[in-house]
Amino acid sequence: MTKLNINGTDIDVAADGDMPLLWAVRDIAGMTGTKYGCGVGLCGACTVHVDGVAKRSCQMTVKEAMGTSVTTIEGLDQNGEHRVQQAWRDLNVPQCGFCQSGQIMQAASLLAENPKPTDDEILEAMSGNVCRCGCYQRIVAAVRLASTGS
Amino acid sequence: MLKYLDQIHTPIAKTLSVQKVSRRAFLGTSAAFAVAVFAAPRADAFPTWETGGTAMPNGLVDDPMVFVSIDEDGTVNLVAHRSEMGTGSRTTLPMIMADEMEADWARVNIIQAEGDEPKYGNQNTDGSRSLRHHIQAARKIGGSVRTMLAQAAAAEWGVPVDQVVVSNHMVSHGSKSLGFGDLAAKAMALPVPAHEDIAYKPEDAFRYIGKGEVQITDLRDITTGEAVYGADVTLPGMKVATVARPPVVGGKAISFDADAAMAVPGVVAVHELPYSIPPAGFAPLGGIAVVADNTYAAIQGRDALKVTWEGGPHAGYNTETFMADMVAETEKPGVVLREQGDPDAAFAKAAKVFTRTYTQDHMAHIPMEPPAALANFTGNAMEIWAPVQSPYQARQDAAKAVGLDEANVRVNVTLLGGGFGRKSKADYVTEAALLSQAVKAPVRVQWTREDDIHHSFYHTASAERIEAALDDAGKVIGWRHNSVAPSILSTFAPDGGNQFFIETGMGHVDLPFDIPNVRMDNGKALAHTRIGWFRAVSNVPRAWAIGSFVGELAHDQGKDQRTMWLDLIGTPRTVDPVAEGYPENFWDYGEPYAEFPIRTGKLINVLNMAADGIGYGKSLPDWEGIGLAVHRSFVSYVAVAARVKIINGKVTVPEMHMAIDCGYAANPERIESQLQGAAVMGMTVAQHSGITFKDGAVEQSNFYDYDVARSTNYPNNVHVHIVPYGFDEHPTGVGEPGLPPVSPAIANAIFEAQGKRLRHIPMGETI
Ligand code: FES
Ligand code: FES
Repeated sequence: MTKLNINGTDIDVAADGDMPLLWAVRDIAGMTGTKYGCGVGLCGACTVHVDGVAKRSCQMTVKEAMGTSVTTIEGLDQNGEHRVQQAWRDLNVPQCGFCQSGQIMQAASLLAENPKPTDDEILEAMSGNVCRCGCYQRIVAAVRLASTGS
Repeated sequence: MLKYLDQIHTPIAKTLSVQKVSRRAFLGTSAAFAVAVFAAPRADAFPTWETGGTAMPNGLVDDPMVFVSIDEDGTVNLVAHRSEMGTGSRTTLPMIMADEMEADWARVNIIQAEGDEPKYGNQNTDGSRSLRHHIQAARKIGGSVRTMLAQAAAAEWGVPVDQVVVSNHMVSHGSKSLGFGDLAAKAMALPVPAHEDIAYKPEDAFRYIGKGEVQITDLRDITTGEAVYGADVTLPGMKVATVARPPVVGGKAISFDADAAMAVPGVVAVHELPYSIPPAGFAPLGGIAVVADNTYAAIQGRDALKVTWEGGPHAGYNTETFMADMVAETEKPGVVLREQGDPDAAFAKAAKVFTRTYTQDHMAHIPMEPPAALANFTGNAMEIWAPVQSPYQARQDAAKAVGLDEANVRVNVTLLGGGFGRKSKADYVTEAALLSQAVKAPVRVQWTREDDIHHSFYHTASAERIEAALDDAGKVIGWRHNSVAPSILSTFAPDGGNQFFIETGMGHVDLPFDIPNVRMDNGKALAHTRIGWFRAVSNVPRAWAIGSFVGELAHDQGKDQRTMWLDLIGTPRTVDPVAEGYPENFWDYGEPYAEFPIRTGKLINVLNMAADGIGYGKSLPDWEGIGLAVHRSFVSYVAVAARVKIINGKVTVPEMHMAIDCGYAANPERIESQLQGAAVMGMTVAQHSGITFKDGAVEQSNFYDYDVARSTNYPNNVHVHIVPYGFDEHPTGVGEPGLPPVSPAIANAIFEAQGKRLRHIPMGETI
């Protein structure tokens, strides 16, 4: 029995222990907010929280994730009203949107760890999250907004 | 799971938030305009114009019965028939319908159209055409429905229709009022009024159009992870497939180990797909598909195949020698495309000839969402879910591949996680169709990022040689530009090595400078991979070359860049293509030239807006410089002023001003976001995006060797200036035209900052 705790619920994923967490979350747990963008840890589209910290789910196996608590974008806030999600809406950040759940998970983890990051700390923390549409200016502004309220 | 797609079949009420519309501002004006607007037909409030939209396959449809339905509870369902890949058309076109209808945006539900052009009109979301072609139909649809609602209410109450007021989802007369839902059945049974009989709103009564205050339709779903993209649809019994494709276009597998793949737990089938050799249109490349219970097993199974490939006719493609050959080709006369005045005489008598050559590598689009598609072939019918820019073409291609009539194939369009031209070519959809047919189960084909980079329809590589003839006074009296690049046409027809009119009309033959003697020619280059279109297409290498050349010429002549650009553009004029020697097949992006002529005053205006915005001419610290470039493409005019700062050899862009003239700006907020995005993609084009070939195969694989601009180095402080106009200044392209002038502006700024001139893109992040 392979059990993962995803968004507070134990889910039997009956998966190969070597399967990347990304595919277990998407294909087996059926939660598709977490995206595949590269599979090699270089784009951040697959970002989830593992015990509250941002991790690339494509770079972690099911085996490694067992016994941890995994949070996906679907579980970031019960009502979808996390302050980072709100900031994203206030600034109309997305274009195609595909990278954005990863961006939001990364930003939420940053702010949990460092509630008042400097601009450089924001840029550094977000540098592993590619946005091919090029929304960086608004992403950075939204992280700042979520952090400082302005 | 299927929330977004369920809307296609069963419209569901969905509350959209319109957070930023100021209710107070609206209430302040509504009472006044409501009576005035709806008193009598006012088609003069909306004089229409011709566009190239009517000449597109299946043209334009403005029938409200196709696009609008109103539920009893008053929910207004509006069909979005263009694909949403980030430009915002899924928001902006319905928003225009809603505004002209007087629907409350909070009570609008958007339904994504399936691929059906005979029903909806052209759906090929490409060429920066969505607003340019469809804005008038959207307004007409909204106006028709509002008129029909007023007529239904007038009949109900026995009052003259011109005394009925339609405002914010309510229809009223004196103290009587009804909601849209109350009137829907009767209103939608009425004949659709003619354009002349519609009481269009005057522009100052617009609530959403032109304001940029409506949030994008999918904002909430995107930020909660509920938005549905290509790989997010699942059907019962569905399998996932990956495909090992020939590394060299036109190649084939000689051997592979199907047993090893089948031995991977979860793998259910190995199936060889038929191969194709260009010109094969959007046909899949072929290869060995591994079909499995989940994505991981499909990837593992494919790794186990151990395929041996035969290279085929293009196995000798090597970028290094090919680029050198293209450059050599630019030095010989090519096919003459445009001849104006007597360029040979001008060059013969010139006091000085200034010549430079610029090159660009191939590029891959790498939309954030790699290609993926789900097909469910059920014997005599097939249903598909896919992120496609051209759903009707995808449907036709897939139907043909499996031998079905297109009437029995449905293509549902998911959100696109970026497109940039890649998802116009639905080879991945056909793969899913063939595999579903082969394994008799629903199949999702998933491309890995490596697949996406190895098997794209690449942006062409190019060499551009420009020569200017100058007289004693330094005036440019002659211009020659030989552009050499493998053609997109090679994907569709036997390759003659020359560009075709769509490409030559993108910044080459349409050079808008006021120079009396001009020759534009095109030397041969044969394609050895699949060439396709990438955001802004041939404008990228042309603007790169022309913009860099102007910067170099300015330096050579001791002028500042703005003066050089203005000297070359000359006094404002409307270009007469015949007088200036343009070829007969000059296409002006498919628009009727009389309606969308080249107006050089617009170039001058945006150039000055961007240059003034950044304070061009001010003194800068060491290692900083400002570069300028301006380019017309997709009938829009965009100027970029980039300030570069070089930090230990690393090129950064702390500030950029972009000015666009795209005619009427229906949704300035999305125009701004498109240009901010173009700035970032332009930085990627300038610094990172190079696809090179060795022995016919692509050398790059993933973000580790094909990187993009990231948050640590992207153009900061991008200020977007939009030239303001009224509705009748025909809207022109937005998605693409921001990109071309970015890389030359950066190169010109690098030169100003440290005196180094770079003539090849990508130029690298560190110089
Ligand atoms: S998919 Fe995991 S980092 Fe790109
Ligand atoms: S919004 Fe498209 S990749 Fe970020």
